Amino acid sequence: MTDASLAAPTPPLWRRLIGFNFITALILGVVGWYVGWFGAHAITATSLDYYADTDYNELSVYLAYIGGVVGFLVGLGFLNYPIARLRGFPPSLREKEEGGWTRYFSLCTDHKVVGIQYLWGIGLFFFIGGLNAMLIRTEQLSPHSQVFPMGTYLTIVGLHGTMMMGMMTSGILGPFANYLVPIMIGARRMAFPRIEALTFWLLMAAGAILTTSIFFGGFPTGWTGYAPLQTQANPGIDNYIIFFALVGLSMTLLGVNMIATVLTMRAPGLTWTRLPIFVWGVLSTAVLMVLAAPVLIAVLSMGAFDRTIQTTFFNPSGGGSSYLYQNLFWVFGHPEVYILALPGFAIVLEILPVFARKPLWGYRLAVAGLLGVSLLSWFVWQHHLFVSGINGDLRPFYMLSTELISIPTGLTFLCGMMTLWRGRIRFTVPMLFCLAWFFNFLIGGLSGVFLSDVPSDVTTHGSFFSMAHFHYTIMGGLVFTFFAAVYFWVPKMTGWQLNERLGKVHFWTMFIFFNSTFAPLFAIGFLGQSRRSPVYTSNLQFLNDWVSVSAFLLGISMLVFLFNLVWSLAFVKKPAEANPWDSRSIEFQLPSPVPVHNFDRIPVFSSDPYGYGEGPMPSLVPTGAPAGSD
Amino acid sequence: MASEPAAAPPATEPTNDGVRVVVAWLVLSAIATPLVAIYVGPLIPPGNGSVQAQGQTFSNQVMTSLITPVLCLMVVFFAYGLVKFHAKQREAALDGPPLRNDSRIQILWIVITSTMVLFLAGFGTYELLKDGAGGGQGPNPVALPANHKAAYPIQVIGQQWQFTYRYPRLGGMESNQLMLPENTLVVFHVTSLDAIHSFWAYELGVKADANPGVDNVAYVETKGPMTVHVRCAELCGLWHPYMFDNGYVVPHATFTHWAAHAAALYQSIKGYVNRPTSKGGAPFAYTYLPEPTRRAG
Repeated sequence: MTDASLAAPTPPLWRRLIGFNFITALILGVVGWYVGWFGAHAITATSLDYYADTDYNELSVYLAYIGGVVGFLVGLGFLNYPIARLRGFPPSLREKEEGGWTRYFSLCTDHKVVGIQYLWGIGLFFFIGGLNAMLIRTEQLSPHSQVFPMGTYLTIVGLHGTMMMGMMTSGILGPFANYLVPIMIGARRMAFPRIEALTFWLLMAAGAILTTSIFFGGFPTGWTGYAPLQTQANPGIDNYIIFFALVGLSMTLLGVNMIATVLTMRAPGLTWTRLPIFVWGVLSTAVLMVLAAPVLIAVLSMGAFDRTIQTTFFNPSGGGSSYLYQNLFWVFGHPEVYILALPGFAIVLEILPVFARKPLWGYRLAVAGLLGVSLLSWFVWQHHLFVSGINGDLRPFYMLSTELISIPTGLTFLCGMMTLWRGRIRFTVPMLFCLAWFFNFLIGGLSGVFLSDVPSDVTTHGSFFSMAHFHYTIMGGLVFTFFAAVYFWVPKMTGWQLNERLGKVHFWTMFIFFNSTFAPLFAIGFLGQSRRSPVYTSNLQFLNDWVSVSAFLLGISMLVFLFNLVWSLAFVKKPAEANPWDSRSIEFQLPSPVPVHNFDRIPVFSSDPYGYGEGPMPSLVPTGAPAGSD
Repeated sequence: MASEPAAAPPATEPTNDGVRVVVAWLVLSAIATPLVAIYVGPLIPPGNGSVQAQGQTFSNQVMTSLITPVLCLMVVFFAYGLVKFHAKQREAALDGPPLRNDSRIQILWIVITSTMVLFLAGFGTYELLKDGAGGGQGPNPVALPANHKAAYPIQVIGQQWQFTYRYPRLGGMESNQLMLPENTLVVFHVTSLDAIHSFWAYELGVKADANPGVDNVAYVETKGPMTVHVRCAELCGLWHPYMFDNGYVVPHATFTHWAAHAAALYQSIKGYVNRPTSKGGAPFAYTYLPEPTRRAG
């Protein structure tokens, strides 16, 4: 049965356009939206809060989005398999076998297709978020609100933050972990291939919903969405709530899938101490995702209930508390920033040995560092609330726990630095991005010392200082390593080389203008400009203009990357070698791009992939295995 | 030294690279740290506008001095390492020595970072508990300055989008301008009528979130006369960016004079106290419950 369908010729294009695909999904999404919208009218009650001059209420908005998302997923075919199973058909991974470019626009269970879907999908929203940053810096050119109306400006700030924090959460796990983890552990697929596809399409639906927030008045809350401001805001905030809840759902499922895959699907011989450090990073991130994201969904649901059916979780008049939102949000929110940072650590430690031509130094210490950060990140969240008046007597504890987290982070630094030590360092583009990580994360970490110290935090809290700090850690930590991963693995994923010279231009411009953009913001913050404000004292205009011009140049640097990507992958199409970096990692022992089933025979591991300078590479091909044992 | 012959030493042969880096680091740190401590640290805001602000500046000074050796280590390590261990073109196929571990370095590193962290936490806790460091501590403050019972109370009421200052010792007089007597320990009671605001008196080194239904207490001891920039530091809605004003620390005589005038001046716009409940007034309290009505949409 499967063999026959494998060999079957691809049906003509018109036939493939009818059925469960992206177009159907869009149509059913719109249908579902209206079903939800009008459905809400049927069950609505007079006690619901209607908008002043319209006949719709908040319930319609939520049901419309839920209906729209469900319709979109049904249109993609996510119900086909459960229904088929209910009707008695045997399990299959049929969706995997579809060929051609249309599989990138449909439900596909090939982890490599999902990885590439993520790369372009996340990239699209990263680009939108980046454009918002350009608009923010345009407004910041002058000390008064001049370019955008105030509501629009706050919406742009919120869209930038929410898009980046929501979408880039999966920025490395989405494209790279989905693509690489099964290969690295010697598996042919993820544990739950349909859930893997679901996480991607949920994220795309979420991104579309957030982007359209501007048509509903936007939202004035920034990415944190603090209640009670959330409760009183425009309908645009509903897009924010739905977006983040869907992202939370996607994160939870992605995390579950990663954990299950790494725990259960490792090839023979791949013991815990032979696992590539990237997989360890993914695992520790996935644990954070599974435990943190449900809290986000819960707190946003409470916000949605406050807005729709008039509960008072966050309204003190009804016995609620504005602290409740802040507390729950940061229970999610602080692990969230490590969800962003940890994959970056892992990528640096994964790539350094290849270009230092040395084994990863202190493997167990590096793993301990990743797991230590992952564990400690649960005990620090109230440092976001040092001046809020919540638990004033617990501040010394949170100060200590926050500073403790620099110990496991320091282990990552130590392992990385000692890996470089006495190596034969090759300054390729991915290596340059990894080396930049050391610099950026060092600045980010050292500025974090000021924020973790309560007396100093009193001034820096909520100022541009904290904003500069987390851009150094997240953009300097995540985005730089994201690009390292792109330059390192995209040739493997697509089979085409990226232009090295353009890559170096991209790196140097990005590194210089990134620092030129965010370093002055430390000073601006110390000098008293509060976050999310386009209005500042005129003595700060020179620094702000400097930052804005640097930010525009940083934007141009991103265009260099985009040009490189499109030029190399769509026009030049120079075939990539199987192992352009002389890596000993298993994915580089496979052809580029990796074939659909990854391996002809399941490999058998006898060492970790870091044995540079330790003689010839041990064979991954099982010897003497009986036929059919794989 | 970067242009040394490319003849790679055997993998296990000890080199003096480590000694060079450590010596260079110690020398650089010994020069840089005092310079940073003396010349850079005191420049870091918020300055000397109040006792608490001075404490923050001292904290910043100590921490800046402490991170200088860390920065020096990184600079020396990467400057030396990236130049010295740069792969030469003709030996590009060679691998480095397979060094996988050194427990002495691991233990040394963990001991040093742990010591720094524990010192920072201890120092921060001491500075915090000494006088509250100007931060909001909630309704039951624990970090109390000496003589805190005699502190001059001022209530700060945040609403969209302005701060109102109320002086209980002046009969609950309300003002839209912050006036503080010089050389006085002041206790701010910060609360909000709607969304979350944050009262940030920059030069005083005071920041305290204004939550509806919560009395957030912050202590500050003023010094000489000065202008204070007050702004909201928590995004609170549409006109948040314009939620700022100037406050003044003035001599006692000026303060008394202002209080007498202001009582008359603000009589007509008296906000909440002494206004009938039916007209939105409320008796004096440290917190108020916000109206549950929605403002926008």
